[in-house]
Amino acid sequence: MTMTDLPPGLVLLFGAFLLPIVGKNVRSILILALPLMTLGLVWNLPNGTFLISSMLDYELVFLRSDPLSRLFATVFSIMAFVGGLYALKQKSVMELVAAFVYAGSAIGAVLSGDLISLFIFWEIMAVASTMVLFSVGGKQSYSVSMRYFMVHMLGGSLLLVGILFYALDTGSTAFTAMQPNSLGTILILAGFLINAAAPPLSAWLSDAYSEASFSGTVFLSAFTTKTAVYVLLRGFPGSEILIYIGIFMIFYGIIYALLENDMRRILAYSIVNQVGFMVTGIGIGTEMALNGVAAHAFAHIVYKALLLMSAGSVLYMTGKRKCTDLGGLFQSMPITTLCGIVGALAISSFPLTSGFISKSMIGQSAADANFMIVWFFLLAASAGVFLHAGIKFPWFVFFQKDSGLRPPDPPWNMRLAMILFAGLCIGLGIWPEFLYNMLPYPVTYKPYTVTHVVNMLQLLMFSGFAFFIMLPLMRRTLTITLDFDWFYRRVAPSALQRLFSIIYKADNALRQAFLLKLNQSLAFLSLKHKGTSSLLSHTYPAGSMVMWVAVILAAYLFLSFIH
Amino acid sequence: MSGTEEKHWLVRPKTIRWLWRGGFVLLTLLVLADFFIHAHPSFQIDGTFGFYSWYGLVTCVAMVLFAKGLGVFLKRKDTYYDND
Repeated sequence: MTMTDLPPGLVLLFGAFLLPIVGKNVRSILILALPLMTLGLVWNLPNGTFLISSMLDYELVFLRSDPLSRLFATVFSIMAFVGGLYALKQKSVMELVAAFVYAGSAIGAVLSGDLISLFIFWEIMAVASTMVLFSVGGKQSYSVSMRYFMVHMLGGSLLLVGILFYALDTGSTAFTAMQPNSLGTILILAGFLINAAAPPLSAWLSDAYSEASFSGTVFLSAFTTKTAVYVLLRGFPGSEILIYIGIFMIFYGIIYALLENDMRRILAYSIVNQVGFMVTGIGIGTEMALNGVAAHAFAHIVYKALLLMSAGSVLYMTGKRKCTDLGGLFQSMPITTLCGIVGALAISSFPLTSGFISKSMIGQSAADANFMIVWFFLLAASAGVFLHAGIKFPWFVFFQKDSGLRPPDPPWNMRLAMILFAGLCIGLGIWPEFLYNMLPYPVTYKPYTVTHVVNMLQLLMFSGFAFFIMLPLMRRTLTITLDFDWFYRRVAPSALQRLFSIIYKADNALRQAFLLKLNQSLAFLSLKHKGTSSLLSHTYPAGSMVMWVAVILAAYLFLSFIH
Repeated sequence: MSGTEEKHWLVRPKTIRWLWRGGFVLLTLLVLADFFIHAHPSFQIDGTFGFYSWYGLVTCVAMVLFAKGLGVFLKRKDTYYDND
């Protein structure tokens, strides 16, 4: 058996089902070993397509190995390993199984070479990620996982119908670059975009990710949106509409995160913001932009997981999630605070962090392609990232007022997971070549020029200055902000309820009116007969009629005798 | 946590005053750095003096104000969906 006989994703996907049947110690070993095995398989893949079979007239390619697919499979495997380490003490084995199936299917999806096998893994991801949410248990978790599932089933259906139309149009299901110019490709794009949390259906992300367990959110943040980024990168590079969608997502994420009070919802909105940068880059579509998107996806998975791990540690140790309840935790949770700050600096693309070397490629590609307005938006957005995630998250959770809470740092495995990713954030920032060498196109970009470093620091420091002078306006309140999910959580149910109550009332009124008419007709009939002939009507007893019949018959008999 | 003396050094008013002063010095130095770096602008205006500084400040203030404005219409108590 060679390396190419086994799709790496299947190691995690099937290995996950060993977790519930083995003992606790073996389980811990498997949790760490399975992702490492997967990573080893990914790194040993040669370029090319393998594991090709056919279904009806179409070719299924389960393994397409090239720099782009290996880059995503690599970061997904690393994520599964560090996420597993972080979740080592997670009591819900169901969550761990679901998370590993989820990670395995995400790796399967990015390594798929055709639309049908992509769709299969896409749907396994939807079910497995729903199970991650569902494993929390309780009524709230049930409703949130059902809402999440519905949105993803809708996305999956759009994708499936799109693939069918595409196959009819082109006679092929090979997954190559497309343009959204036919019904099939437009539906495929819509299916992809739903998983990327693009508008209008973007609220599923903040709705769901803030309700998973302390470790569940870490897994959720990595795979669904970044698989969507991968398929957009592969399928729709240079589609102009993605620029506008991406810019919208960027600012939607910032504005909603600024208004948010729940620490993990702040970070969830910031995922939409970061994916917006990637979607914009895909829309720009030059080699530099696509390189930037791939690099940014890699860097983003690491620092976003790091941020959510530090938020998860706070949740795990305090049981609290609202900024209004938190603050001052830096005194007793130094490692969590420090790692959270590293993640916050990386997401804000501070020099010497991973975000600096990846995000700036997207901005530079906008300038090179002469997209002036896009460039100005991206620059404002970079300042905004520092505002809504870079400062806001650490400030309100770890500093701000003193909440009086003095929880210690979390257990060793959670600390180690955070330290590993914090190290990776800084390591990638210092040695960008490691990441640049894995990108799909050759890199000529030099991130560390004096001008670029100084300009970035100016932008970020003044953004931070804006935060502190506007602090009174940023005071947290016990509020949520209505989002698109309002339409399916409030408007649609209440509209349906109203519709049903109208139907009920109309039906009731109709029956009443009919009964009334019937009674009236009966009354009218009886009244009519009573009025016209009192002789034969109902006021006479039946006995008298019988008597009179007898009298008539007797008279008749008598007359017949005398005749 | 009874008196000012027992507070963590980082949250004492004195430290915070120094942090503000240090911050202002840093901001000033960063703006002045524009005299010494060789700008290579993509769209002219981004090569002008202090562009990145004022642009960062102004856009951030604008985003916070916009968010505030939107919040007036869209904010609800966080128990809003609790009966669902």
